[in-house]
Amino acid sequence: MKIYLDNAATTQIDPLVLKKMLRFFDKDYANASSPHAMGETAREVIEEARKIIAESINAKNDEIVFTSGGTESNNFAIKGIAFVNKDKGNHIITTKIEHKSVLNTCKWLESQGFEITYLDVDKKGFVNKEDLEKAITDKTILVSIIHGQNEIGVIQDLKVLGNICKQHNVYFHTDACQSYTKTEIDSKNADLISLNAHKIHGPKGVGALFIKKGTEIDIFMHGGGHERGMRSGTDNVPGIVGFGKAVEIASIGEMKELNSRLTEGLKKIDKVKINSHGLPHIVSAIFLGIEGEAIVSSLDLEDIYVATGSACASHNLEPNQTLLAIGLAHQEVNSTVRFSLSRFNTKDEVDDVLEILPKIVERLREISPFK
Amino acid sequence: MPYSKKVIDAFKNPHNYGKLKDYSGLGKIGNPICGDVLYLYIKINKNEKGKEIIEDISFETFGCVAALASSSVITDLAKGKTISEALKLSREDVTQELGGLPEIKIHCSVLAIDALHKAVDDYRSKKDGE
Repeated sequence: MKIYLDNAATTQIDPLVLKKMLRFFDKDYANASSPHAMGETAREVIEEARKIIAESINAKNDEIVFTSGGTESNNFAIKGIAFVNKDKGNHIITTKIEHKSVLNTCKWLESQGFEITYLDVDKKGFVNKEDLEKAITDKTILVSIIHGQNEIGVIQDLKVLGNICKQHNVYFHTDACQSYTKTEIDSKNADLISLNAHKIHGPKGVGALFIKKGTEIDIFMHGGGHERGMRSGTDNVPGIVGFGKAVEIASIGEMKELNSRLTEGLKKIDKVKINSHGLPHIVSAIFLGIEGEAIVSSLDLEDIYVATGSACASHNLEPNQTLLAIGLAHQEVNSTVRFSLSRFNTKDEVDDVLEILPKIVERLREISPFK
Repeated sequence: MPYSKKVIDAFKNPHNYGKLKDYSGLGKIGNPICGDVLYLYIKINKNEKGKEIIEDISFETFGCVAALASSSVITDLAKGKTISEALKLSREDVTQELGGLPEIKIHCSVLAIDALHKAVDDYRSKKDGE
């Protein structure tokens, strides 16, 4: 039986979500922009989903714009704010532990004449509020800080960071794709919030951006004026319906208990250090002396699916930047494995992993020069 | 996994791992790109014709599937060969023996060849010192 512990990468779709989506592929498949009755049905279900998502973060319905996912939401938020507010300043602040869709958007903006400050974090991954305050200048137009971090689970205090931005009249964006429905998010604390569906047992290819009323933002996708002109492109009706259902039925289930069980079990293995805290689904551990891809592959051969921050497993052979940012040595980063849970995981699965893993660790340490 | 069956077999059942007792040369090499580390131990003896051969060889590796499989294969390829024969081994010999490696993992086979050369260098410098 396969054991899937890579839920921070993506999740299985909930059967109830899938069931709700299906009729919008082959029965009620009309374009939501069409004025006829079938189009009206599509419009109605989109608005139902919008309401669910808006309520989940204490926002108004017309502050939610559907997108194709987290990457688009992050691109939309950052580029949209950057270009429309260029006359006010060209400085953006972010952190060293962002998702690539934020980091690489910021890097690209550097080539367009923007200046980016990448804030350090402490050993636990927290952004220091004084550091943020000090980094803000009269040229700063946007601060973008990830809410729940996908590698180590750290959850930033949006209220504290958001207040600093408010005091300095700077827009505050947060990428909440990993934390959404797993910890509380209140839209009062940010101007822009990126959300997505496939991390929460919804479909891939759909996300949302919360844009607080009054926010000056450039349109990212030009076209037929969908989403009140904010994001063109034929509405992904099945996707949006699925996203709404996924949010409606979201729960963390037994993630907290399983997280403790797994974390405590890993600590019993010789020379293991835990990196994670915060988000209920993330467990990150360093297996000193052995390389992460070798562990992931050994587990793979046992039908257990996990992830690693090791350079060997990345397509550009770079070690994970978040793990470096919390002060881990290169070899520790390359020895890090991430286990990520969902509400579908069970105690038995965690126990199976904890039974198999020590044997793998022992075998790979025998081969390693670092005992 | 993006690996051939031969790579996975070598990863699952590597040959000649662990530190070699009474080794004559040690090649320690680290890959600056990905951080993999390979220690290659060789024991040299003379054959009946008086030529120096790699009588025994073993490895210890911190690395990915490709690095571990390349390490195992280099020990199989070099074992019993004369030093001059062993030094002719190329990374292509290693990848061929593994049924190919993904492009991004070719450097792992280079690591194994480099470690063998370093181990021979170590043996020769020790011998010169005697």
